[in-house]
This record gives sequence, structure tokens and C-alpha cells, in this order.
Amino acid sequence: MSIKVYVPRDTTTLSLDGNRVALEIIKEAESRGEDIQLIRNGSRGVFWLEPMVEVETNQGRVAYGPVEVRDVTRLFDAGFLAGSDSHKLSLGKPEELPYLKKQQRLTFARAGIIDPVSIDDYKALEGFKGLARSLQLTGQEIVDEVKASGLRGRGGAAFPTGIKWQTVHDCPPDQKYIVCNADEGDSGTFADRMVMEADPFMLIEGMTIAGLAVGATQGYIYLRSEYPVAYDILKEAIDNAYAAGYLGSDLLGSGKTFDLEVRLGAAAYICGEETSLLESLEGKRGLVRFKPPLPAIEGLFGKPTIVNNVLSLAAVPYIMSEGGQAYADYGMGRSRGTLPFQLAGNVQQGGLIELAFGPTLRQLIDDFGGGTASGRPMKAIQVGGPLGAYLPESQWDTPLDYEAFAAIEAVLGHGGIVIFDDTVDMTEQARFSMEFCVEESCGKCTPCRIGSTRGVEVIDKIRSGVNVEANLTLLDDLCDTMIHGSLCAMGGMTPFPVQSAFKHFPEDIDKAIAHSTSAEVH
Amino acid sequence: MTNRTQWNLEQVTQIIASLKDTPGAMLPILHGIQDTQGYVPPDAVPMIAEALNQTRAEVHGVISFYHLFRTTPPGKHVVQICRAEACQARGARALEAHVKAKLHIDYNNTTLDQEFTLEPIYCLGNCACGPSIRVDDDIVGRVTTDKFDLIVDELTTVALDLAPLNPVRQEKKA
Repeated sequence: MSIKVYVPRDTTTLSLDGNRVALEIIKEAESRGEDIQLIRNGSRGVFWLEPMVEVETNQGRVAYGPVEVRDVTRLFDAGFLAGSDSHKLSLGKPEELPYLKKQQRLTFARAGIIDPVSIDDYKALEGFKGLARSLQLTGQEIVDEVKASGLRGRGGAAFPTGIKWQTVHDCPPDQKYIVCNADEGDSGTFADRMVMEADPFMLIEGMTIAGLAVGATQGYIYLRSEYPVAYDILKEAIDNAYAAGYLGSDLLGSGKTFDLEVRLGAAAYICGEETSLLESLEGKRGLVRFKPPLPAIEGLFGKPTIVNNVLSLAAVPYIMSEGGQAYADYGMGRSRGTLPFQLAGNVQQGGLIELAFGPTLRQLIDDFGGGTASGRPMKAIQVGGPLGAYLPESQWDTPLDYEAFAAIEAVLGHGGIVIFDDTVDMTEQARFSMEFCVEESCGKCTPCRIGSTRGVEVIDKIRSGVNVEANLTLLDDLCDTMIHGSLCAMGGMTPFPVQSAFKHFPEDIDKAIAHSTSAEVH
Repeated sequence: MTNRTQWNLEQVTQIIASLKDTPGAMLPILHGIQDTQGYVPPDAVPMIAEALNQTRAEVHGVISFYHLFRTTPPGKHVVQICRAEACQARGARALEAHVKAKLHIDYNNTTLDQEFTLEPIYCLGNCACGPSIRVDDDIVGRVTTDKFDLIVDELTTVALDLAPLNPVRQEKKA
């Protein structure tokens, strides 16, 4: 019997030469007359060990990583096909890695274990159980189960998912839509990508259940164009789901219909905002809409529409198969369930960490991060993407919970955690936040469109020592106008990273001024 | 007039015809054209407008809103550098300066020999292994200046040996 060897096919593994490692393994096996079956799984999210190669043995799977092309011959020499632990890259059983063992994986339970496009693999690990149960329930019963889970929108706004579903459910029967927001534009986040690349059937199942719950027959996944690998895997998975009767006009013989299509965005951060996304799906410029009407009542093509983040929809199969209460048993306060935190930036052990809400930021970093990649001290952490505040060390003991973060004028957002070492110039980061807003504003609101350009100019003046005090006051005033005068989070939250950078790291202003005046002298 | 030999009129006509009746057809059509032609030729704008019953201004408005769509032909390879925070924390600013110096161009420009077009990008989702770049459809992680030089060397060498006559990307997204 052939030996199963796993090499992931996700973006991170491929970005670290994973394809060449896979080819080298095939070549080496052929030349040695070894009978292997190479399976391209998803990543387990232990990105600092990718490409992580796994071999199926009598004792279960054993892992080796990070494997480079030049390691392959020696791995064979060391007997890795028999699960030998004599090679220096040997990691033992992957599920015993402390990085994975310390997590509470509900949504990512299958990630990295299965072949992402194999329906059999998915079904072998509880896949489609939630759908099977949902087909026995009424729409209202499904909505009630989601409400009981306490699930809140994982895209960042944290709106209760069950309430959104109820609104669409209660709209009179008509064409309704399920739209999955897979425009994961926040820097430091990759959890959506991991769902789509490691376990796409979970998303397909979640969307189908949403369709059953509210009476929608058409779904769209709005995927950012920056994710070509996720696009290919999703398309493959959707084709396989259609072929097996998990999508289409007669779901598992129930007579119910749900069709699903992936649509690509076109590199516009603002299209992660739900109304801008809907405009884009309709084929227009991604201008933010006024609310009301809510998308739940007048969404895509003017019809009732659920717009949910990938992670919200991906949580649904678990909730439906295990029950809302099982999900709600995790978490703290009003933040129920788990959040996949994403450790990124200047960090030794970056990756995906799914945990119940509640531990502090410092615990997460100490338990998983392993320090900075550069080996220098950490200085600032940006949580929640480009619109999230920069946190100084004095705030790292804040529990990871929506309300606790809001209390310190920060956001958890989509769970991205970006670490910076002490070489970072926070005034430069503040400038970038404004610059990013210039680049990505949809242009509808003046405070966002013009304010961001003025923001870059004012910060440039501060950094070069021109009327510093007066310009800092002006910047505060400008931020205030943006926060209160913008329609959506783009203009309304860009000031968060800017103000936090200046407030918590005032010493960087003097450094920037000193740097700019010394540059002038030279 | 745009040089028609640079793009395939028949193919574009066919893409528009096959997609114009799908709901929200604009982006799928623009993707289809750019994937096969490498850019959205200005002369295709009136064709799209007519098929979708919109004005040319509306089509132009959509094309210019999205960073992805270009209206001039790109070089043989498109290099995108991630400028977002997680990559900044890993030295993306220094890499960006190196790439511009190495290729002798700024963002949104193409090298004189038509080999490389350089573009900024905001996050490739490879944030635990930055700095990241995308070269055509391949994403590359932990890019050092040396690694970038190696990629450029490999691409220019391979291009001499194996370059297809028509330098557009393979149609993978049909």
C-alpha cells in the first residue's frame, strides 16, 4: 500500500516554495522506488513551520518542518516515510505540537488535516452534519439555534448574526441572497483565507444553511482578487459540491435549492464594507451606501440579503451540528464562542490561533508568539487591521473581548494582531494610516476623502518640526471631524491608529523631528 | 487609436457576449478581458457600455475605481509589493526601495524592456511570513533583497528560453 505524504497547498506554504518541495518528494520517491501518495492538504495555520510535510504512519501522522527543497533527500535518508524522528526537522505528531494543543479549535478543527476539495474527507470529520440537521428544521428553528449560539459578526463589527438572519427571515418571500464577505483586506489577517484554502466545504455548508434559514436560493462569495490560491480551491470545492448534490436544485434529495458562485473583487479595500461590497457585486463603483435601508431588507439588487463574514458563516455548521449552546459555552461576557486570532508582523511564531474570547493580549503573545522575528524588543501591537489602534505595552493586559477593547478605544476587528519591534517609527505608521485612507477612500464623504489628504500633510509638518504643538491640535481636530462626519468605518476609524500612535508614543515625535532636521543638514 | 494588434478583438467580443447577461456582469467582464489581454483596452469601453446598456462614463468610472484594472498593457511580468502594516513590520519599506532601484521604476510603471510592471498592493494575506510580494499569480514570502534579485534573474533568464509570443497571463480564471 502506498504511503500517504501531505504537503499543504495554501498560499503561505506555496509562498515558501511548497510546490517545489512537493515535486522534489515525488521525484525522490520515484528514484528510490518508494510507493507514495502525495496529498495536498490545507495548512494547520502553524505558518512558522511551513512547509510542514506530514507522513501517515501506523501511529498516526507525523510532521517535519519547515522543509526546504534541499532537505528532501536527507529526510528520505533518515527514514521519514516510516515516521522516523531522527531528522532534525522532525516535529512528532502534529496534533501534539504545543502551538496546536493549547488552542480551542471549533471552526478550524479540520484545517490541515483534510484534503480541502475532498467531500469524503470532509464528511469523515463531521462535515455536512449541520446541513443534514438543518434540512429537518424550519427556517425559524435554524435562526433560533444561531441566536442561541451568541455568534456575533466576525468581520469586525460584531453585530449579532442571529438578529441579522431574523430580519432577512422575516422579509416577505421573494428572491433573497446570501453574500459572503471574503474581502479580507485587513493587514495581519488570514483566517478567512485559511478557511477557504483548508476547509472550503465548511463555508459552503454554512452558506447553504443560511439559505435554508431565510429562504434564499442564491449565494455569492465576494472574494478579493489578492487571493488567487483561495479562488482556485473554492472553485474546485464548489464544483465538487455540485457534483455530489450538496449544492444545486435538489439539496440531498430534499427538493430545496441553493446555488453558489464566487465573484472576484478588484483590489479595493473599501469593498470589505458591506454596502460597498454590494455595489461592487452589482457591477458598480464600490461607493458606500447610506443605511437605512439595511442590506438585510434592501441589499443585493434591492432584495433582502444576508451579508456575513467568512468566519461567521464558517461557524454555523458547528453550531447546527453541536447546538447553539455548545458554541456559547466558550467565551466571556457578550463575546461568545471562539475567535481565530492571527499572529502576524514581526513575530517568530506567526500563525492562526483559535481560542475562546477572554485571554489577554499578553498571554496570547507569550504563549504563542515566541518573541519578535528580529529578536528585538516589542514596541507596539496593532490589533484589528489598518483601522485598529496601536497598543503600547501598558495596554497588553487587556482581555481579548469586544467590549474590553472598545473600553480602551481599540478594536478586536477581525482578530489580526500585528507586532512591531522597537525600530518602528510610530509617526511614520500614523502617516501611513492616513495615506492608506487617501488610497482606499471611496470618495463619498468629504471628511474621509479630503481629510485623509490633509492628514498626511499635517503629519508631515509635525514630523519635520513645523509648528508642532499647533499642528498636533489641528490633527486632533481633523481626526474628530473624520470620526463624526464619515458614513462608514473607513473615515470613521482611520483616526484610531493615528491618534493612538501619537498619544502612546509621543517620544517618536521628537525622534522624527531630530531625524528630519539632521537629514536637512546633510 | 490603440494599436489593435495588442489585443484580440474577437476574444473580447466573445467574453462580453458570454457574460453580459449574468447579474452584475461588469466586474466579471472586466476580469475576463484583463485576464486574457493583460489590460482593459480603452477601445473595449464602448463595447462594454453598449452590451450593458450603460454610458461610457459609467464603465470608465468602474475601471478607474478599482486598483486592479489597468488601461495600458503591462510588462511581461507584474510584480506587486505588499505595502501593508504586517509587511512593514518585517522590512517592506526597505524592500520597496530596493525593488524600485533594481528595476529603475516607480509604482505603476513598466520597465523600458517591457519585462516588469511594478504595482503596490495592500495585503496578500501572507502576514505571518512577510515581507510578501506577488509575481504574476505566485505569492512569495519572506522576501529579502537577495531573494528578490534571484527572482528577477530567474524570470529574465527563463523569459529568454521559454517566453511565449503573447506575453499575457494564462487564462486560468475562465
